[in-house]
Amino acid sequence: MIEFQNVAYNYGGGELLTDISLRLPPGSFHFLTGPSGAGKSTFLKLCYGELHPTAGRVTIDAHDMRSLSRDDVAAMRRRIGVVHQDCQFLDHLPLAENVALPLTASGRDAAGADLDDLLGWVGLKPLASHLPPSLSGGERQRAALARAVIMSPDVILADEPTGNLDWEMSVRLLTLLMELNKMGKTILIATHDMNLIRTAKSQVPARVLRIRDRRLQLAGSDL
Amino acid sequence: MKARAAALGELLAGDRSADRIVPPTGFTARLTSFTAGAMAFLAVFALALSIASGRLAERWSAALAQTATIRISAPPEQMAAQTAKVLDILKATPGVASARALSDDEQKKLLEPWFGPDLPLDALPVPRLIDVRETGDGFDADGLKNRLAAEAPGAVLDDHTRWRRPLVAAADRLRLLGLVSILLIGGATAAMITLAANAALSANAQVIRVLRLIGARDAYIARAFVRRFTLRALAGAAAGTVAGMAAVALLPATDEAGGFLTGLGFQGLGWLWPLLIPPLAAIVSFAATRAAAFHTLRRLT
Ligand SMILES: Nc1ncnc2c1ncn2[C@@H]1O[C@H](COP(=O)(O)OP(=O)(O)O)[C@@H](O)[C@H]1O
Ligand SMILES: [Mg+2]
Repeated sequence: MIEFQNVAYNYGGGELLTDISLRLPPGSFHFLTGPSGAGKSTFLKLCYGELHPTAGRVTIDAHDMRSLSRDDVAAMRRRIGVVHQDCQFLDHLPLAENVALPLTASGRDAAGADLDDLLGWVGLKPLASHLPPSLSGGERQRAALARAVIMSPDVILADEPTGNLDWEMSVRLLTLLMELNKMGKTILIATHDMNLIRTAKSQVPARVLRIRDRRLQLAGSDL
Repeated sequence: MKARAAALGELLAGDRSADRIVPPTGFTARLTSFTAGAMAFLAVFALALSIASGRLAERWSAALAQTATIRISAPPEQMAAQTAKVLDILKATPGVASARALSDDEQKKLLEPWFGPDLPLDALPVPRLIDVRETGDGFDADGLKNRLAAEAPGAVLDDHTRWRRPLVAAADRLRLLGLVSILLIGGATAAMITLAANAALSANAQVIRVLRLIGARDAYIARAFVRRFTLRALAGAAAGTVAGMAAVALLPATDEAGGFLTGLGFQGLGWLWPLLIPPLAAIVSFAATRAAAFHTLRRLT
């Protein structure tokens, strides 16, 4: 479980996030919203330890993120699947190998039916041998989701996962994430797509967090 | 140390998928091969020089026969007394193993090549020769000279092999310089491979970032780079070593008079020494790339 305790962050200028306390209980489903530049991506980076808070602390299973060894951080990231806003692929490797990268990097065999199933699940089987730069934005985001879940992580963080998708594809991706949530995964989606949030809320008990004035609020019925 | 040895073992065992995570690094990789090859070539010569001068130093110091000669020139009536005196002095000199006056016959034989067989030795003022054998440490030549001058004024110590000592010292120094060259070559190789590895690491900063984000351990990421550079250095150094050994083998043969030049090649089992160069180059490259990779990785969260 990921927990924020009075966390603040700034990139060296003014404070971007202030006094944020939050728990992401196992199996929960959260949306994180707020205007562009509010600090949504920054918040997610704090969750998986790419950034460390400038005040307060972020813990994972009660361990301070800051006190983890480098190998522990690597192990922790294998248990947290992240769909990065800019996807982050290795452009010289075909799509299938990119999706399987977390497996190969942890020394496991990446071949076989599971990878095929996963690519089928996100509708990318025909593109398995294509290089990432040749894919559309939506295809890249689906591939990023496939890579995020291949280790079957406990937590999935998605940063604007539907940013480049049309509505139909957005709903499909949301459905995939809701399926994962039903399997017990903790989900946190950063998005400013209110329609997506409404669609989700009609199907799962999702909570909506909003960054406003550097603080995190629980959004109510004012969506 | 144990961890590092394990890493080296893993590295040689190979991992094709780990190889693929780093895009081909054409230029820096070729640079590494070339550097390792050129350095190995030079190392072969430095090694040959070092071994040859070592051999030379040994031969020359053995040839510094542990002998000296004392020549006594005195009027005939004093000759016997001075000879006896000199032998007494020698007996009391530390570092002298034995001393013996040459007989007339022996002296005649020494002079024959120059003056013919009919030399009337007793009619000529030929000096008496005393053959001195030193112990291992040798004697104090200056001290002996002083005593001889004081007590047997006709006696002259002819320390005929002493002039070779500076040559032995020079050969020893040459061997040392050869060894220093090998160390410098190793250091230069490490430096150049570090530069090449750093270039490859910064060219692939994005790859490294992605790998770190998806939970790859530092050791895994580093290994991909280390393996590539180590194998390149090994191959380059092997080629350079073979070329260097061929060049040494093909040095024009000279006869004994060639002396030093004849000695420059490897002899017998000495040919095994240069075979150590490629594995050493691989180890140097392994350590240099690994240090560079971990240095780069530590700057990433
Ligand atoms: N590496 C960085 N260095 C400095 N400022 C940054 C950096 N990354 C983001 N920012 C700034 O922090 C603010 C929040 O960025 P971000 O977390 O990406 O917002 P969001 O994802 O909500 O759009 C923005 O003003 C952005 O310019
Ligand atoms: Mg963002």
